[in-house]
Amino acid sequence: MEQILGQLPAFFSLTNIRLLLEAMGVTIALTFFGCGLGFLFAFFIVFVRQTPGHWALPLRAAAIFFVEIFRRIPFLVTTYLVLFFIAAIVRNASLFAIALVAICIYATAFTADIIRGGLESVPRQQIEAARAMNFGRWRTLIHVIIPQSWPVILPPAAVFMVAFVKDTALVGQIGVFELAFRSRELNNQGYSGILVFGTVALLYFVMSYPLTRVGQWLEKRLATPRSQKSQRQLR
Amino acid sequence: MPHLEVRNLSASYGSLPVLRGVDLSFERGEVVALIGPSGSGKSTVLRVLMGLTPCTGGELIIDGQPIVYSAAASVRAARDRMAIVFQQYNLFQNMNVMRNVTIAPVKIKGRPRAEVEQEATRLLARVGLADKSHAYPDELSGGQQQRVAIARALALKPEILLLDEVTSALDPELVNEVLDTIRDLAKDGMTMLIVSHEMAFVREVASKVVMMDKGQIVEVGTPADIFDQPKSDRAREFVGKILRH
Amino acid sequence: MNYTFQFNVILDRLPELLQGALLTLELALVGFWAGAPLALLLAAARTSGPPWVKRLAGAYVTFLTNTPVLIHIYFLFYGLPELGILLDKYSSVIIGLVTATSAYGCEIMRAGFLSVRRSEIEAAETLGFSRLQTIWYVVVPHIVKTVYPALANYFIVLTLSTSMAMILGVNELLGTAFNLASDNYRHLEAFTVAAGLYVIITFAASLSLALIGRWAFRVKAKIF
Repeated sequence: MEQILGQLPAFFSLTNIRLLLEAMGVTIALTFFGCGLGFLFAFFIVFVRQTPGHWALPLRAAAIFFVEIFRRIPFLVTTYLVLFFIAAIVRNASLFAIALVAICIYATAFTADIIRGGLESVPRQQIEAARAMNFGRWRTLIHVIIPQSWPVILPPAAVFMVAFVKDTALVGQIGVFELAFRSRELNNQGYSGILVFGTVALLYFVMSYPLTRVGQWLEKRLATPRSQKSQRQLR
Repeated sequence: MPHLEVRNLSASYGSLPVLRGVDLSFERGEVVALIGPSGSGKSTVLRVLMGLTPCTGGELIIDGQPIVYSAAASVRAARDRMAIVFQQYNLFQNMNVMRNVTIAPVKIKGRPRAEVEQEATRLLARVGLADKSHAYPDELSGGQQQRVAIARALALKPEILLLDEVTSALDPELVNEVLDTIRDLAKDGMTMLIVSHEMAFVREVASKVVMMDKGQIVEVGTPADIFDQPKSDRAREFVGKILRH
Repeated sequence: MNYTFQFNVILDRLPELLQGALLTLELALVGFWAGAPLALLLAAARTSGPPWVKRLAGAYVTFLTNTPVLIHIYFLFYGLPELGILLDKYSSVIIGLVTATSAYGCEIMRAGFLSVRRSEIEAAETLGFSRLQTIWYVVVPHIVKTVYPALANYFIVLTLSTSMAMILGVNELLGTAFNLASDNYRHLEAFTVAAGLYVIITFAASLSLALIGRWAFRVKAKIF
């Protein structure tokens, strides 16, 4: 205990504080950009998966394969695969970029199912009304299906992204300067493990908890079951 | 030349045949009513015409132009000339009334927005909903939504209007406002194909009544013919049952 | 791309990888089955304990579910020795997984408890069920139906997350693959084979859990 108290002033030096704050920034950046890009690519994957026609069969298979495989591989394994794959092609690739790609792939695979569920939750009759008025597949998607699927897509997607803040700790393993990496570094420099990891845990909590509450709020706000709505219509 | 001609139309849901060789034809300005028990295939005829249910055989000719449902361009042409109003109104939930009515003419038919909006305002006034143009579907009653659905169909300037049991999902007191609208359209000479259970209304508005049962046409005639002097047994049975109340 | 794939180097040492996979499953099973009873206790505490117990359990669960398991493991392995508690790497990982399971499992079970409707209980009571009968024939089946798919899914997630043990040097599947790769520099092949094994493990686990669910608990779960 005295050891920890003795280390406090050195631990909370300006340099260290700056280091930790930067690391928090990296964590947040990885989460937002990685999951954000993953979300966009997931839309693309779902569109490919829904393309009709025999010619598109290999594409559809590829999309399904991608999603089903990367949902069943640990994130750490995906990270290593991306690391060595890129290292074989590109010299001096930035570790941050590599981590971003890995996060993107992971997020795409998980978010794709969320999006597919959302699009499929739109009642058939809405699509029929659009088709009867000569809406093509794209127009139907953009004007009718996607606007009505947000309430079903956003809450789980947000929850996924928030949970991912914690998973970013794993990319420290390949040397990205995020929070878990810095925590190991500080511990190796001699600071008490209890102090370092306790503090870092708190920092993760500070990032994760408010976002978790936002996710819960979104779930409550947007979860009007469709059955309730259509029952109101029949009056 | 008949406005619409259907020859030997068949359709199935999977392995279950729903239409077995339906022949139908009517002229411009005619109001044709399809009646019959549930499952007789009446709604399916409308759905096949709009290309929502695939047909397994038969021909369709609109104003002399044959429609081939396996060809996308042909289906588009059919949808260009006809419009359907559904039993469940099927208004786009994510758009307000004005956008529901104007989106297809503007985005699909490519007409200028200002012109379409003016016309939409006229149409909404005609169905009695001029003040609701900014409301969303879940703020309206069933009858109001159905009238918006009719305005939406009319905004497409169809040659033929298909009405699929448009009052069946409404509370009884809301039915009349929709029937009034349809009555007006008939008076203005719109060619319509109506599937309905409202026999009194059918009798009043239809120029021709077609009775269907088990995917086939059982009898065709004027309302007076069908309701007062049905010729076939099946028709007699049906009319007897429904007219008792 | 200047890289020739040489899978045989890795596949020659498949037995070692399978040993690693076995350890992966061990970690997952111990983590799950040691953590699940704790989760049940916590869920009961949060649902029907005295206010101070509710708050304490709530704080525990909230803290554990908003911080990375990896940091917990670091704390256990690198931090506790300062207090005289020396945990080897396996123990650190296991305790980390157990506490995580207790927290996440608690939330899953709590959702199950909360999903039971008064109306079901009232219906049972009006039909003449005693308290105990109501619980056994109505409440428990309902909770199991709600909770089983979520717990089954969590188990799969847990199995995949055992891979973080390699960071401490534990030779579960990913750790073994990493060692093989360090031996002969065939990193891509090693990790690809490991990935393949994880997919197989996951499919096997999902299938078994879905089947168990259908037969033992009458829970319809997706197999694919």
